Amino acid sequence: MQKKTWLVIALLLVIAGLLFTVGCQKKAVSQTKAPGPAPATTAPAPKAGQAPVTTAPSGWNLAQNDIYFEFDKSTLTPMAQDTLMRHAAWLRENTNASVTIAGHADDRGTNEYNLALGDRRADSAKAFLVDLGISASRLTTISYGEERPLCMEQTEECWAKNRRDHFVVN
Amino acid sequence: MRRSTISLYILILSVILFAPAVCRAEYDVIDITKPFLRKIPLAVPSFKSAIGSGEEKQSSQTAADFLSESLDFTGYFKILDRGSFLFDPARNGVTLTDLNFQNWTVVGAELLVTGYYSLNGDNITIELRLFDTFKARRVLGKKYTGKLSNQRSIILRFCTDVIKYLTGSAGIFGSQIAFVSNGTGNKEIYICAFDGYNPRRLTTNNAITLFPAWSSDSKWLAFTSYKDGNPDLYIRDLANARESKLSKQGINITPAWAPGKFELAATLSFSGDQEIYLLTGSGKIIKRLTKSRGIDVTPTWSPDGKKIAFVSNRAGSAQVYIKELASGRVNRLTYEGQKNTQPSWSPRGDKIAYTSQIGGEHHIFTIGSDGQNPVQLTYEPRDNEAPTWSPDGSLIAFSSDREGPTRIYVMTAFGTDQRRLLALAGKQTNPKWSMNHLNN
Repeated sequence: MQKKTWLVIALLLVIAGLLFTVGCQKKAVSQTKAPGPAPATTAPAPKAGQAPVTTAPSGWNLAQNDIYFEFDKSTLTPMAQDTLMRHAAWLRENTNASVTIAGHADDRGTNEYNLALGDRRADSAKAFLVDLGISASRLTTISYGEERPLCMEQTEECWAKNRRDHFVVN
Repeated sequence: MRRSTISLYILILSVILFAPAVCRAEYDVIDITKPFLRKIPLAVPSFKSAIGSGEEKQSSQTAADFLSESLDFTGYFKILDRGSFLFDPARNGVTLTDLNFQNWTVVGAELLVTGYYSLNGDNITIELRLFDTFKARRVLGKKYTGKLSNQRSIILRFCTDVIKYLTGSAGIFGSQIAFVSNGTGNKEIYICAFDGYNPRRLTTNNAITLFPAWSSDSKWLAFTSYKDGNPDLYIRDLANARESKLSKQGINITPAWAPGKFELAATLSFSGDQEIYLLTGSGKIIKRLTKSRGIDVTPTWSPDGKKIAFVSNRAGSAQVYIKELASGRVNRLTYEGQKNTQPSWSPRGDKIAYTSQIGGEHHIFTIGSDGQNPVQLTYEPRDNEAPTWSPDGSLIAFSSDREGPTRIYVMTAFGTDQRRLLALAGKQTNPKWSMNHLNN
């Protein structure tokens, strides 16, 4: 009996998943990059239950670790928050470093709105790092909107790569 | 402001002066609220050449063709094929007494323009006449003298008189279009005439430059550029290329000049939130106009300057809202479509054009400024964006990638007669149509 209930639940989940995939043209490309719904606020503080990242992995490079956003969203995904915690650890170890956070958007939507969206994305990352104890004076933001895409093709995979914050150590 | 007041007086004066004549003519003046239900058949035969030298004939033909193309550009007319004409004014005469109007009504012409053209060195004299063929009368007659290099503006002056006679509006022939092109490798601002003629680069910022915005007198152009690293706002005096700059932390984007004033609205985010502010013409903040958490961007003014329409994501997705500035009241304008952006308020005040995201495409819509009757104007895939109204509200320019690289296109306010305006190297985007100033 219990087994049967589990089967039904699993089936429902699969159906729901299928429906979501078919019905939503802005489906997430890979679950690792842009998972599930994120909180409504722009910069959620790290959750108490999460293990704080106190040291950055050796050879951690901010510029090689962009964070990614869902379509038309500036909220931080759990994956993005994880990356930002490593960025924060690196910034704590490199006290003289300052960073420019560049917010980007994919080219769907119009460029005025996307410039504002990129601005919010850069601000989300900055606010999160400030919450982790990084001085705001070490963090500057700039938005490029859809003006500097990394990937030029009209595919979901490409769009997902372009919805990013890029970090440059000044 | 002053200029528009004066032209308003002239308009009123001419209405008073010509009203009796119009009544006597009993000519159905074009109804500018729905002028494209029926195009008026217009004949523009070759001009009569005074001496008939090869050089003069060639130049005269250029003038006649340009006059025909310019009137055709408005969308009001059906230009008749010269091959169908029974009478050749170039040989047989251009005045009322020379013309037998039956020759014209029988080929379907309701209006006829004739020209008499003389070229002497680099001086030209052109006589132009507009006839109502059914009433068998001349309704306009003008004689122009000038340099050959001024031929274009002479023809456009007469075309303006024709349009003013038929619609009561000063039309578009003295207007310009600013747009963004990335032909040099960077997005820079360019300017061309209403018909795409003489495109030239305005900025040499060697950096991303976006969102051109004309002042009402067309003497100032505001835009955003990254030339100093940040997306800053620049306000350029076009007469001497001097610029004021507004550089706040965050974005300084989407300027829109208040009608008839040396003030503009723009989106700034130095507060940590993207809000619309009212600025002086030299870029000083006067006051904040929007107060809502989230994106507020792309203001456009109602022609009376009492309201702005803008884009906000306050309800979750990007939609167009209208704010009445005196009362502070905000109403949502658009409800259909996933994302509605880039509002542009018609100079007649009754409609707002905008870009709507439909599936994977973008299309131009218009909607009543009361929120009634959203109408889709473009259907060609894929991205049709950034609508901007001609100064008389009869046409809309926009960008489209329907033929490959993004270019600037024009259509009537009802979505008919869609055509490409120009094609330069790279992509052309973000067009902005100026007001009409024929003497510029």
